[in-house]
Amino acid sequence: MATSARFVSSLRRTALSSRAPSRCQCLRPAYQVRWNGNTPTPTSATSEPHQPDAEGGVKGKAAPRKSIKYTSENYPQLQRDSKFTKISEKHVKFFQELLGSESAVIDGVTKDASEDIEAFNSDWMRKFRGHTKLVLKPSSTEEVSKILKYCNDNMLAVVPQGGNTGLVGGSVPVFDEIVINLQKMNQIHSFDEVSGIMVADAGVILEIADNYLAERNHIFPLDLGAKGSCQIGGNVATNAGGLRLLRYGSFHGNVLGIEAVLPDGTIMDDLSTLRKNNTGYDLKQLFIGGEGTIGIVTKISIICPRRSPAVNVAYFGLESYEHVQKAFREAKGQLSEILSAFELMDSRTQKLVNRVTGKKMPLEGEHPFYCLIETSGSNPDHDGEKLEKFLEHVMETEVVQDGILAQDQTQIQELWSWREGITECLGHDGGVYKYDLSIPIHELYDLVNETRDRLTEAGLVGTDKSHPVVDVVGYGHMGDGNLHLNIPVRRFDKTVEKALEPWVYEWVQKRNGSISAEHGLGVTKKPYVGYSKSDTMIRLMKQIKDLYDPNGIMNPYKYI
Amino acid sequence: MSSLRILVPVKRVIDYAVKPRVNRAQTAVETANVKHSMNPFDELSIEESVRIREQKNHHKSAPKVEEIVAFSAGPPKSQDILRTAMAMGADRGLHVVVEEKDALEPLGVAKLLKKVVDENKSNLVILGKQSIDDDAGQTGQMLAGLLNWPQATQASKITFNDHTVEVIREVDGGVETLKAKLPMIITTDLRLNEPRYASLPNIMKAKKKKLDKKTLSDYGLDTELRLKTVKVTEPPARKGGVKVEDVDGMISKLKELGAL
Repeated sequence: MATSARFVSSLRRTALSSRAPSRCQCLRPAYQVRWNGNTPTPTSATSEPHQPDAEGGVKGKAAPRKSIKYTSENYPQLQRDSKFTKISEKHVKFFQELLGSESAVIDGVTKDASEDIEAFNSDWMRKFRGHTKLVLKPSSTEEVSKILKYCNDNMLAVVPQGGNTGLVGGSVPVFDEIVINLQKMNQIHSFDEVSGIMVADAGVILEIADNYLAERNHIFPLDLGAKGSCQIGGNVATNAGGLRLLRYGSFHGNVLGIEAVLPDGTIMDDLSTLRKNNTGYDLKQLFIGGEGTIGIVTKISIICPRRSPAVNVAYFGLESYEHVQKAFREAKGQLSEILSAFELMDSRTQKLVNRVTGKKMPLEGEHPFYCLIETSGSNPDHDGEKLEKFLEHVMETEVVQDGILAQDQTQIQELWSWREGITECLGHDGGVYKYDLSIPIHELYDLVNETRDRLTEAGLVGTDKSHPVVDVVGYGHMGDGNLHLNIPVRRFDKTVEKALEPWVYEWVQKRNGSISAEHGLGVTKKPYVGYSKSDTMIRLMKQIKDLYDPNGIMNPYKYI
Repeated sequence: MSSLRILVPVKRVIDYAVKPRVNRAQTAVETANVKHSMNPFDELSIEESVRIREQKNHHKSAPKVEEIVAFSAGPPKSQDILRTAMAMGADRGLHVVVEEKDALEPLGVAKLLKKVVDENKSNLVILGKQSIDDDAGQTGQMLAGLLNWPQATQASKITFNDHTVEVIREVDGGVETLKAKLPMIITTDLRLNEPRYASLPNIMKAKKKKLDKKTLSDYGLDTELRLKTVKVTEPPARKGGVKVEDVDGMISKLKELGAL
């Protein structure tokens, strides 16, 4: 009966904690959402799934996908490029013959397939919706190659699509681009237990890859909220960040090789499994974070670290941002190689989680800042000793005011829920303007204060309904210098948007920060690339785009 | 009411968020290199005793808690959970070293606890209703029998009156309220409370608290085992699903399996 007791007790914890399923600012596409046609034109701020209805509420069932406003209406500056051919029956016939299987082609050209096709036309936030009439699901690199060659020859525009969990509208069509979805390419080809190198298809779902590795005592170097839906090809194409980045670094270092198909059908086989390979230009890097604008990633080889058997989590209260920085420095110094996460949450986010979930705050008193530190290593005794020393030190030197250390796995998960639960709770009052920014660490939180001052001076922030803005909060991956500036609002309001943009981007630009740390550019941030990239850089990027995709069929209307 | 001397036995078990695996020889669950923590029911016991003490801060009439002793019989590593118990608020710890291979049966634990109760002059023992590794759920009851004390098992609420202790326990379709006088045995159930986190200052203080180490021979106990584990097996593995191409494929598959 051991299992049943475990089950009961874990049930109880679940009821108490309602832990968010994962660890990232992006949510799983599973929440009830509503997006009605009356919402104003979205800003470039990534918006949240909990969009308010006409009464300002966010309850109720998800609106049908068909009621999502077309991206082309939301962004009237985007016009369909007349150089692209309109899809005809002839094209559909070619693809049907090429792919054979009935389920590989969703044909909305010769018949009405709108029910089946809408899921590929719109994103999970219910924010973007395209007009595509054709979805192709190739099963092999060769099929992708033949599809792209045909499209290139016939000037048919395409959108590569993975799990469709992006936050910036990069994976859905704007007009009638053909969706090339990689879900059928989902094989894990090899895993080397000695080197930790895995070779897999682009369409493998992240969680499946991570579970596969877990059985072999390894870990996928990326973890994020949408792991149950997102695909590793899409992760690579968008250079997703997430929670393991501090420890394991970005894809630019972890991905050892890529097989990709270029628009003319060329298969670029750079599926190297070598850690070191200094033989000229490292072309695969162009596809990491390229967002499907120069080719489609079909396979990746990636180096995966060993899974750490010993994990500890501590949660601190600190009195100022200066103290947070001190704690971070101490953590790096004393925990060094076992430090696996250093997350920052301001008191407003923690009070919000407390208010929305009704859970008791982990610490007794109130503190302006909170931090979550995770260590992972191979030896519990060694880690415990290090952590103990570190904790004693930061308490004695009063770097942290108060803190707790998780005593078991459940407490580890509970403490993480105070970081992971923020995104979900932010949507509680209505909508949220979200900015995902890279800022030099010493100035990271200044932006939150200045934004709050700015909106308060403009009379937009308040506790009652006459003010659109509920609060201005900040949290993020402190270790990576990545701030999530969030402005929860009761309703979307033009004056709020005017106060925020382009002011936020200018602020970031002045500090040589990035307007998109880990979410990418897609459709939403297209007009703002200039704040993070100089004219010369943008010109060089365009040259690469033109070189690989001279006809411009790959993911058009997006950032480049 | 006389002041309370509370004894809280705690057990080190495989963390309940970890999936236990049966060892190759099928003689036991694999415990090497597996994360261990305090039995969750015992966390409730510690929390409840600390709350009983804290009541005195709010109500003068609440009973005075003289001492909370955390006790564990287990391998050297059990000291970790005794430290956790002390970080949560227990005053001192008592560790009887029992190697994993010589693990006690519930009766052995109850006999040992009887001696510990006598030694420490405890008048209230709060135990978890069961440990999640063996799930025997017997120790509290056996201890009550050996001591000939009243027992209230599976407590979901504990109230102290002038001369009695009132315990509410959940039963099928309702609750049952029991009343007894000290000394007594209480075992805890899930709804009793929500255990606190161990704070850093308290973790540090706990390091300086007294932790006595003893052996079974110090208590002169006969802990002969009466049960023999014949075999431990995992539940049958769930059969994997199959993918079908289309609705017709699903119908024919269902027919094939006799579901239609």
